Amino acid sequence: MSALVLVEHDNAALVAATLNAVTAAKQMDSDVHLLVAGSGCDAVAKAAAAVAGVSKVLVADAPAYGNALAEPLAALMAKVGRGYSHIVAAATKQGKNVLPRVAALLDVSAVTDIIAVESADTFVRPIYAGNAIATVQSGDAIKVVSVRSTAFEAAADSGGGASVEPAEAVADPGLSEFLGQDLTKSERPELTSARVVVSGGRGMGSGENFKLLEGIADRLNAAIGASRAAVDAGFVPNDYQVGQTGKVVAPDLYIAVGISGAIQHLAGMKESKVIVAINKDEEAPIFQVADYGLVADLFKAVPELEAELNKALG
Amino acid sequence: MKVLVAVKRVIDYNVKVRVKADGTGVETANVKMSMNPFDEIAVEEAIRLKEAGVASEIVVVSMGVQQCQETIRTALAMGADRGILVQTDQVLEPLAIAKMLKVIVEREQPGLVILGKQAIDGDHSQTGQMLAALLGWAQGTFAYKLEPKDGGLEVTREIDGGLETVRLRTPAVITTDLRLNEPRFASLPNIMKAKKKPLDVVGPDDLGVDIAARVKVLKVVEPPKRQGGVKVADVAALVEKLKNEAKVI
Repeated sequence: MSALVLVEHDNAALVAATLNAVTAAKQMDSDVHLLVAGSGCDAVAKAAAAVAGVSKVLVADAPAYGNALAEPLAALMAKVGRGYSHIVAAATKQGKNVLPRVAALLDVSAVTDIIAVESADTFVRPIYAGNAIATVQSGDAIKVVSVRSTAFEAAADSGGGASVEPAEAVADPGLSEFLGQDLTKSERPELTSARVVVSGGRGMGSGENFKLLEGIADRLNAAIGASRAAVDAGFVPNDYQVGQTGKVVAPDLYIAVGISGAIQHLAGMKESKVIVAINKDEEAPIFQVADYGLVADLFKAVPELEAELNKALG
Repeated sequence: MKVLVAVKRVIDYNVKVRVKADGTGVETANVKMSMNPFDEIAVEEAIRLKEAGVASEIVVVSMGVQQCQETIRTALAMGADRGILVQTDQVLEPLAIAKMLKVIVEREQPGLVILGKQAIDGDHSQTGQMLAALLGWAQGTFAYKLEPKDGGLEVTREIDGGLETVRLRTPAVITTDLRLNEPRFASLPNIMKAKKKPLDVVGPDDLGVDIAARVKVLKVVEPPKRQGGVKVADVAALVEKLKNEAKVI
């Protein structure tokens, strides 16, 4: 048997998370195939064939797959995936959109957002936003699994020599139509993939004061986030929200400014590698998870931090 | 158009979850339970569609223990019209829930089903997509904006790095993301009124769906504890530590 991994791409290049999914798939089944579904996606098929450890690349090149709409893509994957032991994708928005649909079409369960592979049928996944870790065993003939990319090393994107074959054709169910895309053209990295995140809480006092964080964020090439309290207070829009009901982030460095550390916020950031907390209340729960805590008035500490960073980083 | 909304009773998002000592799951006894936050957004969106004259009736469905009636009542107090509880003490997996929802959808014939994008207990993010697959319907997951247009539905969706807009044939399944709307609070008079709204209780057997677990939970443990760190004296010390000790800047 083999594992089939969905390649995520924009018809020109692979999305990096796919390489992490390949590593996870390798731990499920030694033989890994990739599925490239797109429109005019030759370059992606070539790149996929070069991924180390992959034996075969199946390519479905048709207009219906050009924008990775869930309905045609899931129909294709369910058909192509029938003979496989595992169907795997990165737990990106695209993977999360399409994989459960594939599972239901095959009448099997899905195991989403895994962080470890214990054996071919046993996986580890966070529940309750990472406040508990479950080990689960799938009894289904085909395991449909999505992979949290930060939990697995990336497979090498060169050195492989997979054969490339066309995938069997599947009719487009014609349920949906792509109208357009609006990608954030921010100078800042995206919250969930940023290496550094600077977040503000209710202690910021106003939306205007969030500008204070921009200096640090610019200096560190960081994304800016916020606690739910700051969002609920109307300081910043909801898409800034880090926490159980917002985004879950795990950057190398997380700087929490004026955030007390409510459970719901901690759930969204406690996997960060290094956590810094700046808060004037030394009893704030955020200090219990922070590697470096600074008890200080943020309105004084933040400008100082910006100046010190300028000094330290030249 | 009738709109069907699925809601789940979960541990309140402000409660610190405790893993059971025997490793079988998390403690739910004597813990505050609430409606899954993404489902509140789903209920709110349905109500807004009704207020805009698009939806004619809002049916709220929940599945689980008897107390899920409270969750349904909350939705009724917000403005939904009637409720259906599929009552069972068994733990339900997303596929089983999707299959039962499918039967209810076939009975109720809604033009639209709205669910939260995920429940904050299992964090599966599967049920909506599975339901759409089983029904053969279009799916608009992680919805940021919903607009009925030309007999179909335009959905702007949250994707990695931005937004995407798709046109869906209806009937369709929508799952809500955070920014779709801000749910209202139920007023006291509406809470009183909600007690009189109809709520049917059925069992999984009435729906003829096999809800046996496919995925066995072997164990549930606490995540590795984070070591509390040190307090630094001032900003200069902080930057020095980040640069030379943690090496993250």
